[in-house]
Amino acid sequence: MIRSNATEMAAKLATGEITSVALTQAHLDRISAVDADVHAFLHIDTEGALAQAAAIDAKRAKGEKLSPLAGVPLALKDVMAQKGIPTTCGSKILEGWRPPYDSTVVANLKKNDIVILGKTNMDEFAMGSSTENSAYGPTHNPWDLSRIPGGSGGGSSAALAAFEAPLAIGTDTGGSIRQPAAVTGTVGVKPTYGGVSRYGLVAFSSSLDQAGPCARTVLDAALLHEAISGHDPKDATSINAPVPQVVNAAKSGDVKGMKIGVVKELNGDGYQAGVRARFEESLELLAKAGAEIVEVSAPNFEYALAAYYLIAPSECSSNLARFDAMRYGLRVGDVDGASAESVMNLTREVGFGKEVKRRIILGTYALSSGYYDAYYGSAQKVRTLITQDFIRAFEKADVLVSPTCPTTAFKIGEKANDPLAMYLNDIATIPVNMAGIGGMSLPSGLADEDGLPVGFQIMSPVMKDERMYLVGAALEAALLSKWGAPLLDKAPIMGGAR
Amino acid sequence: MTSLSRDDVAKLAGLARIEMSEEELVNMANEFTVILDAVARVQEVAGADVEATSHPLPLRNIFRPDVVVPSLTPEEALSGAPAQEEQRFRVPQILGEE
Repeated sequence: MIRSNATEMAAKLATGEITSVALTQAHLDRISAVDADVHAFLHIDTEGALAQAAAIDAKRAKGEKLSPLAGVPLALKDVMAQKGIPTTCGSKILEGWRPPYDSTVVANLKKNDIVILGKTNMDEFAMGSSTENSAYGPTHNPWDLSRIPGGSGGGSSAALAAFEAPLAIGTDTGGSIRQPAAVTGTVGVKPTYGGVSRYGLVAFSSSLDQAGPCARTVLDAALLHEAISGHDPKDATSINAPVPQVVNAAKSGDVKGMKIGVVKELNGDGYQAGVRARFEESLELLAKAGAEIVEVSAPNFEYALAAYYLIAPSECSSNLARFDAMRYGLRVGDVDGASAESVMNLTREVGFGKEVKRRIILGTYALSSGYYDAYYGSAQKVRTLITQDFIRAFEKADVLVSPTCPTTAFKIGEKANDPLAMYLNDIATIPVNMAGIGGMSLPSGLADEDGLPVGFQIMSPVMKDERMYLVGAALEAALLSKWGAPLLDKAPIMGGAR
Repeated sequence: MTSLSRDDVAKLAGLARIEMSEEELVNMANEFTVILDAVARVQEVAGADVEATSHPLPLRNIFRPDVVVPSLTPEEALSGAPAQEEQRFRVPQILGEE
């Protein structure tokens, strides 16, 4: 039951072949069986999930019209507020905090009767590419438990790859949905900035953060995308326009006559041979499906990583000032006569991990008087140049494509002491966030040299998210007929050791 | 090459309200030499003629009607408080004795 995809599960729920309670219980059992090894979850809401499932079964029994994914379970990244459920963001500073409200994403999940199984592990406050920065220990990649599942949303991607959940929510500030999808052989989509409400998404870098769907198929991702999207008056940056027709696009997968632009700068040196081979193969399949492959150039992308590591830390140094030990979260050193300032200093010393401190200090520096123009100001100009590169590229192509990451999953601990090497992982995903456009990663096969999953990235213009689903669905169908079975069938998901 | 001294990091940590051990200060100062060199590349292309982008959407002010809507109850708002007293957040001393 847990091996099928969300669309198949929804069909069986609709015909009454299975109940949501049974489906939810099957996933809870799977979590009990494998999560000690994978560590995808930080909190499992057994009681809440089963109660929600029972209520959905009751509605269905009464003949109520339900949404397409009603009764299907989901894993929620621990950065989204869910009323009454622990929400830590992978940080000690929020240990034990239970939000008194639902994020809009959670409200939309509940409205669509999607069952929330629990909260998934992540790099602290979404800062990282491996989940090694979680204060609660790393998540392990189901393809090889000694390797990272990507980050920051490694818990969500690992839960999908280990069949602990068929759907998950991620958030993507510089690649935190797409890179984990790539290294676990799953699908992850960063919608257009403003397409999904940020209300109740604990802010890291407000002008870059975007929640989105994670799944095992393109159509499943589209159904979840549609369920969580839409204008929200509680988020001033939410786009007030119709939701792109992503489900129709995922069902169609027709790319005849579409122009697909290969970004010259996001390939070549620094990209693993197996990553490049799978990318080229995918391009051939898309050409066979009727798309026209063209080359485009984006000369300013080489500055994207540098600009990102100024903009994101700058915004984070401001956003994380809210963790001041006064209204919620951890408080340390509150002894008689202690000043508020010393309590803040001690709490933030104990509550934040190394990478979070590093970025707060970097951001504080980049925004400080005398350095602002040279660092933050220059980074904002690079942002303009990157956006202009995209605009020019989209004049020549309907979508742009690249490998999602330069390499397959690396070993846990391999890059932990080299922040710059870690940052390089996001080199192909970051430009999308800088311009606020849409990005998808889907599996394109396994690298010959290490047998690990490789991701294919598709980028679409602002609010043209349906285009990446058209291309994603076409490529997925072509690869499926080439492989004869989904890629995850090849994963040694715990049964056989790798 | 840009570099930060141990004292520079200590000053920034003070501004950011983070207590740091001597070891942390020294390590971070060392790391920053490498990181700042990498990020300083933005200056290569950030000419005076390039406009700055702070946000991906061309946003103007967003207003809503000024009407009262239900919000958190005092109990809900205080539910995560590290300390509370008489339906208020209890915080450490903020002002000096004088």
